[in-house]
Amino acid sequence: MESDYIINGSLSVVGYGLAAVGPGIGLGIMIGQTQQAIARQPEVAGRLFTNMIIGAGLIEVLALLGFVGAIIL
Amino acid sequence: MLVRLVVMAAMILFLWLAVRKAKVVPGRLQGFLEMGLDFVRVQIVEQTLGKERAKPFVGMFTVIFFTILFMNLAGIIPFLNVAGTSRIGMPLVLALWVFVTYLVVGVRRHGGGTYFKAQLVPAGVPGWMLPIIVPIEALQLFVIRPLTLALRLVANMMAGHILLVLTFVGTHTLLFYSEAAMVPVGALTFVSGFAATLFEIFVAGLQAFVFTLLSAVYLNFSLEESH
Repeated sequence: MESDYIINGSLSVVGYGLAAVGPGIGLGIMIGQTQQAIARQPEVAGRLFTNMIIGAGLIEVLALLGFVGAIIL
Repeated sequence: MLVRLVVMAAMILFLWLAVRKAKVVPGRLQGFLEMGLDFVRVQIVEQTLGKERAKPFVGMFTVIFFTILFMNLAGIIPFLNVAGTSRIGMPLVLALWVFVTYLVVGVRRHGGGTYFKAQLVPAGVPGWMLPIIVPIEALQLFVIRPLTLALRLVANMMAGHILLVLTFVGTHTLLFYSEAAMVPVGALTFVSGFAATLFEIFVAGLQAFVFTLLSAVYLNFSLEESH
């Protein structure tokens, strides 16, 4: 039986997968909290949504840096 | 990239068609355009900066928003199929524009010393922390903000482009060049191609919105009295 396997492909893609975990958790927490806040106080939903988008933009960059890294390296 | 020229031409044509016979009671196309302009002015700029301070910057943010939106949408139009913003050049120019604007506006409003002191030295931080805090704040102000602004856009559009290519090439290969057993998988990639296209339309709008909104937020940091 053949025992020495060869793994092909780029390790940096695995790195990207790992890099996506943190921002995923962050987005989950942030969006969940925003939902809760809107449920408690629907009248400020517009302002909360804008703030959520700003936060999403900041968190998203972390995952995208991983993506850029995976492509460049 | 040729796409950018095509997109610019299409955008100018669209704007010209929309305002060629501008009326007080707008027609369908003009109404659509006015909705977009109103969205940028009210939802993004005035909400972030406040009504009076927003006035000089509405034009700039409108240009940024519509340029990015049209360039992004080129990514899903057949035969163009690549977003003008999926190469670093275009986002970098726009991010530099925002970067220079918020520095110049901040210096002009508060004076160089006050502005950089307010930005780099947060109030209420103990003295021994400053050697750590100041470099971080400087990195944030001069490198991270403009660079992430450009990188976010370019990486999003690049990822979207790769996603679309993956589904299209997958469909083509699995349906025409592989064994019969793989054809159902090809049908799956075909459907997910449509889904990815719809998702890309959403992302195109969202990224234009996020870029403009964050630019306005960064500009607001420069305009605020105390950081």
